Amino acid sequence: MRANCWTGKNSVEVMDVPDPKILNSRDAIVRITSSAICGSDLHLYNGFIPTMKKGDILGHEFMGEVVETGPGVTNLSMGDRVVVPFPIACGTCGACQQGLYSVCENSNPNAPIAEKLMGRSPCGIFGYSHMLGGYPGGQAQYARVPFADIGPIKIEDGIPDEQVLFLSDIFPTGYMGAELCDITPGDVVAVWGAGPVGQFAIASAKLLGAERVIAIDRFDYRLRIAAQRAGATDVINYEQVSTLEALEDITAGRGPDACIDAVGMEAHHDIGPLHAYDRAKQAAGVETDRPHVLREAIMSCRNGGVISVIGVYGGFVDKFPMGAFMNRSLRMRTGQCHVQRYLEPLLARVRAGEIDPSFVITHRMSLEDAPRGYEMFKNKEDDCLKVVLSP
Amino acid sequence: MAGSDRTWRWVDGLGIFSLGLGTAQVAAPGAMNRLVGAKDTPENRAVQRWLGGAREIAAGIGIETRRGTTGWLWARVAGDALDLTLLSLVLADPRRRPDERRRATAATAAVLGVTAADITAALRLSRGAVRETRGRGTGDMAEIEAKAMITVNRPIGEVFRFWHDLENLPQFMAHLQSVRSLGGGRSRWRAKAPVGMEIEWEAEITGEEIDEFIAWRSVPSATVQNSGEVRFRPAPGGRGTEIRVLLHYRPPAGKLGSAVAKLFGEEPGQQVRDDLRRFKQVMETGEVVRSEASPEGTRTRRLIAQRPAQPLPA
Ligand SMILES: NC(=O)c1ccc[n+]([C@@H]2O[C@H](COP(=O)([O-])OP(=O)(O)OC[C@H]3O[C@@H](n4cnc5c(N)ncnc54)[C@H](O)[C@@H]3O)[C@@H](O)[C@H]2O)c1
Ligand SMILES: [Zn+2]
Ligand SMILES: [Zn+2]
Repeated sequence: MRANCWTGKNSVEVMDVPDPKILNSRDAIVRITSSAICGSDLHLYNGFIPTMKKGDILGHEFMGEVVETGPGVTNLSMGDRVVVPFPIACGTCGACQQGLYSVCENSNPNAPIAEKLMGRSPCGIFGYSHMLGGYPGGQAQYARVPFADIGPIKIEDGIPDEQVLFLSDIFPTGYMGAELCDITPGDVVAVWGAGPVGQFAIASAKLLGAERVIAIDRFDYRLRIAAQRAGATDVINYEQVSTLEALEDITAGRGPDACIDAVGMEAHHDIGPLHAYDRAKQAAGVETDRPHVLREAIMSCRNGGVISVIGVYGGFVDKFPMGAFMNRSLRMRTGQCHVQRYLEPLLARVRAGEIDPSFVITHRMSLEDAPRGYEMFKNKEDDCLKVVLSP
Repeated sequence: MAGSDRTWRWVDGLGIFSLGLGTAQVAAPGAMNRLVGAKDTPENRAVQRWLGGAREIAAGIGIETRRGTTGWLWARVAGDALDLTLLSLVLADPRRRPDERRRATAATAAVLGVTAADITAALRLSRGAVRETRGRGTGDMAEIEAKAMITVNRPIGEVFRFWHDLENLPQFMAHLQSVRSLGGGRSRWRAKAPVGMEIEWEAEITGEEIDEFIAWRSVPSATVQNSGEVRFRPAPGGRGTEIRVLLHYRPPAGKLGSAVAKLFGEEPGQQVRDDLRRFKQVMETGEVVRSEASPEGTRTRRLIAQRPAQPLPA
């Protein structure tokens, strides 16, 4: 089959690779009909996540048609149309039984590497480095889906791929980001990053009843989509105004009730007051991620508010304002999305017409054009927000 | 054991330092250059990123997975020497501004400290390795002890019963080929060793209490003297069953002995931890979980030499 493979920093190639085979009895093989490129893929593409190997198949947002099932899969049959959640989860360990699918205790055979880096291992993820399992991803014609008896959701009727594809990751991720904010009436929610994940965090904060939702980014076209399509009430272009000052202004000095970090480890630095922190680092300082957004979120959040971190971090951050965080009774909630628990309720919202997730799509391409798709998405060429690939 | 625990903690600290520093160098070479007082030119960024950063990460992962750890630590020492060379170039450059020199001097001091720590750890570990393989006087190797624990989300009765049937052990103990029950508490164990060797021994149950523990030991004539015990306890609040395993091996001298030593790896505890992880998978999901990069399931010793994440060839 054809598959989009990581071949080094800033380089992917569509190559011929063997077709997937059943390895475990609860596997299914899916013929992929749609697949997307995610901001998380950019962290791999840009070389920020260790333990990638040349030839690794990328992609964790995909859907398709079941073409084969292992003997342990009784809920799916040939021809079923399914969306596959990006966290690989067994459904029976202690974490899965609490609904914490993205920290499944059994799905990462390479857990010892993750444990050395992070203390304990999260779940395995499709196409997301060897430390998270070494599973081939879904930017391909076919994929093996482990634990197919509990993960994929069946889509029976004629809803087009584009309206359900993002149930695999970014819609539930944005939704979880908003849900972690425990939104109550009157709340103001600020969202850093108007990428696809930020867009869904904004839309979900609205769905969950936020009074005002503020989108923060530096790309006007993304802020425009946030305001016109996702429902942001205010936008901040941090290259034109200071994020912290604008938030003071919008909230009349209270600060946002909740702050969502939908940017993660590759945050871009503006020339703000916090920039000085990084310059003051010591030579022995240890930092892997750029926690610029985290620092801003902590400094601006109202006392007792919530910091919801759905942007991905990989390792260590420096100059974390622990004093502000502790003394002002802030809470931080985090996680790779527990997608499995949001599939049914969010599909119901799509069916009910409360949201059409396809609003983030700006580019549709063939799988063969994946390398161009990565470049466009990375460099924000042609007002790119989300690329969907069809094999 | 306490001494060697301390060495490993020391080594772990350095591993984490490598990972942290290395990722910073790869991720933010410009900032790292400014930090140490070097000019932030594209060439210097490349130097930071590839000579510095990539090397630190490689050493970090090498140390952290404890694969050829001693070698990786010496690689760190070599890497420290490289850092020192780069820094001395900065210091020697007459065009440097005073603040750049100050930072470079501070960075040099920090790296010197790290170098000393690396050399200490590498020396401790090299000495430890020598002691372990030479054994005590008789030509035998020293006894190897390994312990590990895990919590399995299944009722204690079920977990105990599964383990009690020793013929189930090869399902999750990767090095075992088979265990055959001979009746009367006796069993015959077969293990694969590297280079096509096979090791066989007979074992007997030396004690057991239903839902509490099972202990076994090789019969005195066995080539590989070993004993083990596994203890079961209900985890609090309905969290399943806590399992604690303690193993002892005394490999023989000679070629077979070194095969056995290889079999149990540089750190036998890791192998038992891998076994228990697979045990948990078997109990909770029904089988050992496989990925295309790790088709045989969790095996820490193979982590570095993995296949790419692509389907296996037909
Ligand atoms: N938690 C999860 O389960 C999960 C799932 C999917 C994606 N993610 C993560 O979410 C993040 C966003 O993903 P995406 O697909 O939207 O990616 P993206 O790269 O398209 O979006 C990131 C956006 O953040 C903006 N940004 C950068 N620095 C900023 C700053 N200082 N202030 C405000 N905005 C800033 C960028 O301009 C960009 O528009 C990534 O880190 C991704 O890995 C997490
Ligand atoms: Zn994603
Ligand atoms: Zn699980």
